[in-house]
Amino acid sequence: MSAAERPQPGVPRPYAFPAAEWQRFANGLDVLVVPLRRLPIATALLMCDAGAECDAVTLSGVASLTAEALAEGTRSRDAVSLADTFEQLGGSLDTGVTWTHAECSTTVLAGRLSDALQLLAEVLREPAFPEGEVTRLREERLAELLQQRTEPRGLADDMFARFCFSAASRYARSEGGDEETVARLTRDAVVAHHAHFIVPSRSRLIVVGDVDVDGVMQLAESALGTWQATGATSPAVEVTPAQAHRQVHLVAKADAPQSELRVGHPSVTRAHPDFHALSVMNAILGGLFNSRINLNLRERHAYTYGAFSQFDWRRRASAFEAATAVRSDVTAAAVREILHEIDRMRNEPVSASELSLAVDYLTGVFPIRFETSAAIAAALAMREGYELAPDYYDTYRERIAAVTVDEVLRVAQTHLDPARLQVVAVADPSAVRDDLTALGIGAVREYDATGAPVTSP
Amino acid sequence: MQLPLETYRLDNGLRVTLSEDHTAPIVAVNLWYHVGSANERPERTGFAHLFEHMLFQGSEHVAANEHFELVQRAGGTLNGSTWLERTNYYETLPSNQLAIALWLEADRMARLLPAMTQEKLDTQRDVVKNERRWSVDNQPYGTWWEKLPALAFPPDHPFHHSLIGSMEHLSDATLDDVAEFFRTFYTPDNAVLSIVGDVDPVEAKGLVQRYFGGIPRGTGRPSLPDMGVPPVFGEWRREVVADDVMVPRLFLAMRTPILGAADYFSASVAGAVLGSGRGSRLYQQLVRERQLASSVSVFTFDLAKGSDLLIVDATARPGVDGQTLEQAVGEALDAMHERGVTSNEVARAVALITTDLVTSLQSAQSRADKLSQFATFFGDPSMVNEQVERFQAVTADDVNRIARARLGRDNRASLLYVPRETPEGDGPDGAAWDDVGTKPEELA
Repeated sequence: MSAAERPQPGVPRPYAFPAAEWQRFANGLDVLVVPLRRLPIATALLMCDAGAECDAVTLSGVASLTAEALAEGTRSRDAVSLADTFEQLGGSLDTGVTWTHAECSTTVLAGRLSDALQLLAEVLREPAFPEGEVTRLREERLAELLQQRTEPRGLADDMFARFCFSAASRYARSEGGDEETVARLTRDAVVAHHAHFIVPSRSRLIVVGDVDVDGVMQLAESALGTWQATGATSPAVEVTPAQAHRQVHLVAKADAPQSELRVGHPSVTRAHPDFHALSVMNAILGGLFNSRINLNLRERHAYTYGAFSQFDWRRRASAFEAATAVRSDVTAAAVREILHEIDRMRNEPVSASELSLAVDYLTGVFPIRFETSAAIAAALAMREGYELAPDYYDTYRERIAAVTVDEVLRVAQTHLDPARLQVVAVADPSAVRDDLTALGIGAVREYDATGAPVTSP
Repeated sequence: MQLPLETYRLDNGLRVTLSEDHTAPIVAVNLWYHVGSANERPERTGFAHLFEHMLFQGSEHVAANEHFELVQRAGGTLNGSTWLERTNYYETLPSNQLAIALWLEADRMARLLPAMTQEKLDTQRDVVKNERRWSVDNQPYGTWWEKLPALAFPPDHPFHHSLIGSMEHLSDATLDDVAEFFRTFYTPDNAVLSIVGDVDPVEAKGLVQRYFGGIPRGTGRPSLPDMGVPPVFGEWRREVVADDVMVPRLFLAMRTPILGAADYFSASVAGAVLGSGRGSRLYQQLVRERQLASSVSVFTFDLAKGSDLLIVDATARPGVDGQTLEQAVGEALDAMHERGVTSNEVARAVALITTDLVTSLQSAQSRADKLSQFATFFGDPSMVNEQVERFQAVTADDVNRIARARLGRDNRASLLYVPRETPEGDGPDGAAWDDVGTKPEELA
């Protein structure tokens, strides 16, 4: 055969997302166990419906601070001793929040799972929240926010959220909260958040790895079966958009050699029935290397190192956004090309080749996403957090494969709205202001790095 | 824990390693070329990385950007990266798609040049310049990638210069440079191929022979100058950089034994005692107790020639000045240098390293990358199976010996970033390493 002849694929071997054994304890705690025999390792993840969505808007960041503070000691162990005990097992105690849930997890050699589980349970049930450590963590978050003023990517993300959702929405601020709200957080607020939301009926334990299901169920029963606490109900999440019309928001970073761009608007929930079609549509628009946006901005125009689009999925309202960093002198041209690609997506059907590339990619990489115990645990946590169907992973590939050219066009027309796009540029104002104004796509408003409006000189 | 593996060479010198794992229908293909920024000519800094970008621009039978399309259409992921001593290219695919990955890699190893054009070079040059702006020039502290190696290695040393390259050198690169670099370094005898996952070894070997077997051997790569440097700097060298940052941040490098040396393991454990996890010394002292830093980490460059670097990275809390931060890190190093570590600290560090190692080996691609690393640098991929034991054999005495030898004040190079208002320092200028294209993909 000649070197020019392209090989054909062999017969695909079957793959099924690993099945979880499920049990609900009398106190309301769910336990999911996935045996995975590859290497002698196991991940244990405790998740609680106590994510950033549970924050009162004025106390944005309390869920995140609470999750971090869980690692700072229990009634019987101070922070130093707790860290050392975990790390002697070879596991680090990872705590944090997503929008939907708080997580405590660790990965250890399978033989150490029993000790690790006992410790995780202790952390969740009996946190000490020492005043000094809570204050320190709050100050570290404020330090991170301060640093962000000169970090263009994080700044662009945070500003985009603010111009996307109204000030009354929790989604207008990042999961960790902003300078205004974090400064208000106290130990009392942390204790209250824990009491309200970190309770068994809002919690799930997920264990994945080289384990025996019955053994894990017994360990879980002994560590968490006697946990008794009653919590509160989740607050409603306000999701109104910040802006009714397209606008350009220019956030100043003097002398920046590049402009960080975000272009997007609020969108539907993660559990929306159009999710699969939207995934395929986005892969074609900006999700793949060979997507329209990346080929246009990177490979055709060489404006950037990379350009992409995504849905930042959330339980109550997501955000669609295109994102890139381009050299300053082509900022307006890059915005014009992004808008052009969004329009094109709505105006004409994608080609059969574009559709098959997206579908084949999304279905083909599916097993590659779940190689590790931690990745499988995280996938289950996501499914539970977004309140997706138990067979979500079992049906994912067939639902992606069923998406048609017409459906891609329909969801682009339904869910992309050029008239509502918010354009955020973290850039050198003197280098981009005139071009952005001349583009004529909406009013150009200017801000400093804290988001305070400024009047252009 | 032993990974099954089989390794052999083709007649043209390509070293191939296979490791079977049928727990999921996935295969990882990983190709290392033994060339990195260290092999660049002084007037072409950044070229190895620019060249890596050109490898995604097609080859004789593959159109521009088709490489990405064919792998993604096959349901695979892919990328490449450039480092000081090597460049790697890799794909992870459904296991029935092994052939397309091997064919693509072979086509560009055998027949890259017919596809190279001035237009493609110009485009990728601009893409890389944007990558430089993104990762170095428009990123707080981003210039550390080039300033720290420049401080830690002498001016004529192959590790001294910028990996991402200067804008000027990138502008100077020509198609002739591409051809010369390709003929010199992109040869089967200067590469290793690792295949891990759900493969039938007989079938895989047949495919490797079919696609790679006919590629001619190279004429031999030019040897690098002597990479040797003294085991310690012989001083505490310092550079202060005033930059557009809100708080000070310190990068402090120590010369440590190279990857593969017996003491490499002890040095890594010393690094973990210092900086891995909340139980580490630097976290406990600087972040928790004294609250001088908001974060600390310690890592190595994993260099296999000359000297490795053990690097402390500490970011100051607002209000803490750079000198105070540097002094506090220095005191922690002094304490370990003078009084050593406890066996409890070593046990904690080794436990963490062991879990990390085993965790990373869960992924077929990380396994393949490790096999390629050991095959490239030491000609022996089976070293992957010794790593856990080697780390577990490290004792407090071993760590103390390395701390005594390498953590003293005569072996420190500190690069301290401070907010621009201060009088000292210079402007931004830069190096980094990065992948060919990074962007989140649609999640399931």
